[in-house]
Amino acid sequence: MSEDTILQVKNLRTTFHTSRGDVQAVRGVSFHVNKGEIVGLVGESGSGKSVTCMSMLRLVPDTAEVDKDSSVLFEGSDLTRIRGRQMRDIRGEKIAMIFQDPMSSLNPLIPVGKQVSEMIAIHHPEKSKEERKQETLSLFEAVRIPEPEKRYSSYPHEFSGGMRQRIMIAMALANHPDLLIADEPTTALDVTIQDQILKQLRGLRRDYQTSIIFITHDLGVVAELCDRVEVLYGGLIMEEARIDDLFDSPRHPYTLGLLSSIPSVTQDRTRRLKPIPGSPPDMTNPPRGCPFAPRCPYARRICAVALPEFTTIGAEHRSRCWLLDPEAPASNNPFRPESEGQTQEM
Amino acid sequence: MDSSTRIQHLLEVSNLTKYFDAGRGRKVHAVEHVSFAVDEGMTFGLVGESGCGKSSCARTIIRIYEPTEGTILFEGKDVSHLSQRILQPLRRDMQMIFQDPYASLNARMTVRDIIAEPLLAHHVVKKREEANEIVFRMLERVGLTREHANRYAHEFSGGQRQRVGIARALVLQPKLVICDEPISALDVSIQAQVVNLLREYQDESGIAYLFIAHDLSMVRYVSDAVGVMYLGELVETAETDELYRNPLHPYTRGLLNSIPVANPKLARQRNQSGIEGDIPSPIDPPAGCRFHTRCPYAKPICAEETPLLKNQGNGHLCACHLYD
Repeated sequence: MSEDTILQVKNLRTTFHTSRGDVQAVRGVSFHVNKGEIVGLVGESGSGKSVTCMSMLRLVPDTAEVDKDSSVLFEGSDLTRIRGRQMRDIRGEKIAMIFQDPMSSLNPLIPVGKQVSEMIAIHHPEKSKEERKQETLSLFEAVRIPEPEKRYSSYPHEFSGGMRQRIMIAMALANHPDLLIADEPTTALDVTIQDQILKQLRGLRRDYQTSIIFITHDLGVVAELCDRVEVLYGGLIMEEARIDDLFDSPRHPYTLGLLSSIPSVTQDRTRRLKPIPGSPPDMTNPPRGCPFAPRCPYARRICAVALPEFTTIGAEHRSRCWLLDPEAPASNNPFRPESEGQTQEM
Repeated sequence: MDSSTRIQHLLEVSNLTKYFDAGRGRKVHAVEHVSFAVDEGMTFGLVGESGCGKSSCARTIIRIYEPTEGTILFEGKDVSHLSQRILQPLRRDMQMIFQDPYASLNARMTVRDIIAEPLLAHHVVKKREEANEIVFRMLERVGLTREHANRYAHEFSGGQRQRVGIARALVLQPKLVICDEPISALDVSIQAQVVNLLREYQDESGIAYLFIAHDLSMVRYVSDAVGVMYLGELVETAETDELYRNPLHPYTRGLLNSIPVANPKLARQRNQSGIEGDIPSPIDPPAGCRFHTRCPYAKPICAEETPLLKNQGNGHLCACHLYD
């Protein structure tokens, strides 16, 4: 763990025990976050991106089991091993979280100002009520809620979705966390509001060196916000890269597929989108080999039977794909130099 | 209006207005004075943020809601005030795909019955059994198999459910399908599958779509012409390439600037500003231009006079005092 690393997740595995069998939601995820860094966890529904973060903070229900060999190192302690009391001290103080739906995370019966101020009181009981109110007001100002004084005593239903998300951010920032986990915080918002919130998160990193884990399915948001990306599929990290590398030279067929299934406002309109055929795997019975193999246009026999290990492509760029194996054939292989042109095509 | 001397559009909406009662004598100005046309085999995209009235507009056109004012011409026929009984046979040509594939399919019906229902309702077939062949063909057409016919909606993924919804909408071979956010509940890789399916069907059949969405990149991709709505009003409309290359209305510009670009280098270079603030309440919309409260170019006149939708050349219509 280097000096700059504030979070190191190692081999995280989470299984949900259900009546339909065990759902292997996260199957051995390892990544790290540096100080002041924004890391994106990208994937579709069921890829394991949210469960990864919920498991880190021990917010998964009792039906979920986090494997004994998993570790989540944060500022010197393993979050999977510390006691519940210590975990509660870390949540909200050192690590804060914001969710997709702010309405379900706010208490509808308590004015928003009081809710934020309570958040300060829990971790800093020594602060007086007046002190807490002043801090809350300056937080409201920081997240650009107009007329903070007046809005302090408003109830959640009196705010728009975008404003509610700002209150959630204010609450998350109340105790100046070192790490903010944002789980699809802009997915339910309009693009103009999303744009405002993303600016806010960038400002947060700039002003306070807050590290952010940003969970999303939107590659556009990733390109706008993140420094580094983990692409998840079937409970595994398939590719990890700095954003420029991910967009310039993706090295996993799933990443290629994601990139070619989104239209862009600048791209030629007459060009057909190339969707990824099929649908994501059932995690009660995940494929034996690479989870993407059943949908992969380049899949070979080995892909169905054995899960590939990571291949290192460059500094901070690695991918889990048999096509990168030194013995992989060059035909129908988008990652071989002789067919470099094809990667652009797909 | 003399319909013989003018071009007949498949769908022509003029001055469409829909108010909802908000109690205590107040009303929600959901749609106000919206006019546009959709031609055969074309896709008209309607975009805007939540609450801009795009869905209300769609639902009024298909007469789920009664229009407060304005006319809806379908194949030259005024359908805006027809009784539901007279409207019924016309509905065969005008179908709808809904946003939520979880809520819009009856959980107690098999997929076969869901797709056969419109055939029975419109007396295309007399008995359920007669519908089977058509249902099977339709299932295959939308990328499912006949084995799926006996299953229930809950056994399907979101993308598959939306295919069932599409099959139901297309089974009567309508001339126009209103797609109300048909892909926004789906995963990225599945969105492209559904959009491609809609486009392929259009190429084959010459069907027209009114495509409603908030995803501007997707709307650009599917539409021949686009209308931008803000707070119940149509503020700009043009052919797709013209609109995206040369957006005129400050709202359209802000909206386009707010779209995240899936290209980190462009994203860094770009220093355009989005739109500040929130959309005002449609119960008491701002006077004059409705966008003036958020517009960086607002002049005094903008707060007083409602700008009219005017042709700025090339059939590019824009309602903004900047172009007076």
